[in-house]
Amino acid sequence: MTRQIIFATTFLITLVVFSFTIVRLISFFKLTKKAFPVRNPGKRLKVMFEVAFGQTKIFRKPVIGFIHALVFWGFCVIIIGSIEMITDGLTGSDHALKFLGPVYNFIIASGDIFGFLVAFSIVIFLTRRLFLHIKRFDGVEMKSVSHQIDAIIALMLILLLMVSLIGINSVYYEYKLLKNENIAGYYPLSQLVAPVLSNVSVDTLIVLCQVFWWVHILLIFIFANVLPYSKHFHVFMSVPNVFLSRLDPLGKLPNMENVTYEVRQMLNPNSTFSASAEIAPVERFGIKDVEDVSWKNYLDALACTECGRCTSVCPANLTGKRLSPRKIVMDIRSRMKEKGPRLVQHGKGYNDDKSLLRNYIREEELWACTTCNACAQECPININHPTIIIDMRRYLVMEEGSAPGKLKTMFNNIENNGAPWQYSCEDRLLWARNLEIINN
Amino acid sequence: MMERHKIDVPVMSDLYTRGERPDYLFWVGCAGAFDDRYKRVAQAFAKILTYLKVNYAVLGIEESCTGDPARRAGNEMLYQMQALKNIELFKTYGIDKIITICPHCYNILKNEYPDLGGIYEVINYLQFLEKYINEGKLVIQPHSLDDARITYHDPCYLGRGNDIYTEPRTILHRLTGNFVEMERHKSFALCCGAGGAQMFKEAEKGNKEVYLERTEEALKTEASIIATACPFCMTMITDGLKYKNREEDVKNYDLVELIALSLQL
Repeated sequence: MTRQIIFATTFLITLVVFSFTIVRLISFFKLTKKAFPVRNPGKRLKVMFEVAFGQTKIFRKPVIGFIHALVFWGFCVIIIGSIEMITDGLTGSDHALKFLGPVYNFIIASGDIFGFLVAFSIVIFLTRRLFLHIKRFDGVEMKSVSHQIDAIIALMLILLLMVSLIGINSVYYEYKLLKNENIAGYYPLSQLVAPVLSNVSVDTLIVLCQVFWWVHILLIFIFANVLPYSKHFHVFMSVPNVFLSRLDPLGKLPNMENVTYEVRQMLNPNSTFSASAEIAPVERFGIKDVEDVSWKNYLDALACTECGRCTSVCPANLTGKRLSPRKIVMDIRSRMKEKGPRLVQHGKGYNDDKSLLRNYIREEELWACTTCNACAQECPININHPTIIIDMRRYLVMEEGSAPGKLKTMFNNIENNGAPWQYSCEDRLLWARNLEIINN
Repeated sequence: MMERHKIDVPVMSDLYTRGERPDYLFWVGCAGAFDDRYKRVAQAFAKILTYLKVNYAVLGIEESCTGDPARRAGNEMLYQMQALKNIELFKTYGIDKIITICPHCYNILKNEYPDLGGIYEVINYLQFLEKYINEGKLVIQPHSLDDARITYHDPCYLGRGNDIYTEPRTILHRLTGNFVEMERHKSFALCCGAGGAQMFKEAEKGNKEVYLERTEEALKTEASIIATACPFCMTMITDGLKYKNREEDVKNYDLVELIALSLQL
């Protein structure tokens, strides 16, 4: 009973801290702008199963992608065991799910195998991070040591989770074997480790089992509350982020309805545009600061794990320009972390004389983008970077009238002669003159 | 017997006054109308349309920029002005099917005009020609290009932007038995550097031009022809070949020019 009370208290603390984090995040989401309406659940589920559970985009880098997929699929299976552990901890039951019979054996056996596979994968990840020079783990936005530490803490936590899981399984197996009792579940790999414990007394095994059990469960509780403050929040956020993906073709930019309203007024001032009443007054065109981003931009930023696949394929970045799509996403998260709490506290008018644009993201970065969508194509969790960049250009152009000189010339040409170059529309058919075809 | 025939490119307003309506609008785009190199692509396509006896017309002097470069440079206001004017014009002529040669025009007409009420069947010329080839209406003699070694640069707004990867390859495999992929191709393809209105400005400070990076990759395939399907890609790759002093032995053609060549039009 004491054990249950201690467990319940720890669990409650975990939930309270976690809820605090979530409430805080919701208050930040409330500061953001609307994005697209979330329709078409069928298609969304399909995308979620392919991209999240099928890891299709991760596999664009097949070797390391496969190792990541092992970790992901491992988590999906092992989490069932964790739910059982929490149930056992709260109710005092012993292997609460064992009534599932053969299904249970299958789940536990898969969890056991994945425990080893995940541990193995994490060792590879740690080695790569610590000893190999991987270009995409570098970059201006990765210079701060905290990013490296952040990654290593999360990887170490996962490794310890797996070691303690293997510990629980092997000790449990050896204990039951020694007592000649029925074993709940099936442990194809841990039973191979168990003989190491053959000289350990029953009493010690009982203690060891408790130690591993508590270490594992406490690590889960710590992990759950550390993640939201680390780049590994993606463990929670990536699946929802993929479900909430923009479903449009990558080439499509979202329409600005407020501009449509103004343009229609301009082209036909007498018209009573039907939607006029529904259009709220525009506070700002495009994105200048973090309160101008949409909920999806912010969700992207929270879900980003800073893997850098976007930046590694960016033509601008590859040719030494300042733009790094990963940095744009990370900047949104950092700026919200800085300004979000104050906006919540002081209200929407709060101004700290800083902004996402210029204090975080330079114009030079924005103007380097070719909107080629290589970043969005590569992102394993369907983050869309170019739409953010274009929204920031929209602010620059429509609110500040600021753009590279040659682009302003291009705007003038389109406005005056309907072409980005300075040619008269009267000459639009010159190409078709004296055209001949050879009939043979 | 080879005979030269003059062709008249039909213009929408002429047809309209005669009370006729073509099946397709051929959207030429600003590059097709004004870029000296790319005019040849517009001409090649017009020749093929005539050869296939397609009932089409162009807007001629009434055509006006789709607004794409303005929109991608952040000038949403100017884009929407252009778009709404074009949509009005399309309405006047009752246009419902549009064929484009420029991928940027294709993308914006197909994906972005619908948000402003302009809903059309927008067809990229590669899709259009592949359909004619598959239906046997456009016959390309195998090896008609002497099995030249050809590589293909995927334009971003056809490939990643709109998932058009197979059509150009089907066509190229008909044109040559010696088609070769670049290292980065299909959804992995590297941009030419001109998208997102970069075409109209100087590149930001860096250590290399994107077009050079891509041209070098294309040259690695040792192809004698680099095929493209976008006016901006064409400008960039052609510049790259000039910079590398390779414009003599390596040619940059649009896919539609290659078809016209193989048909000896």
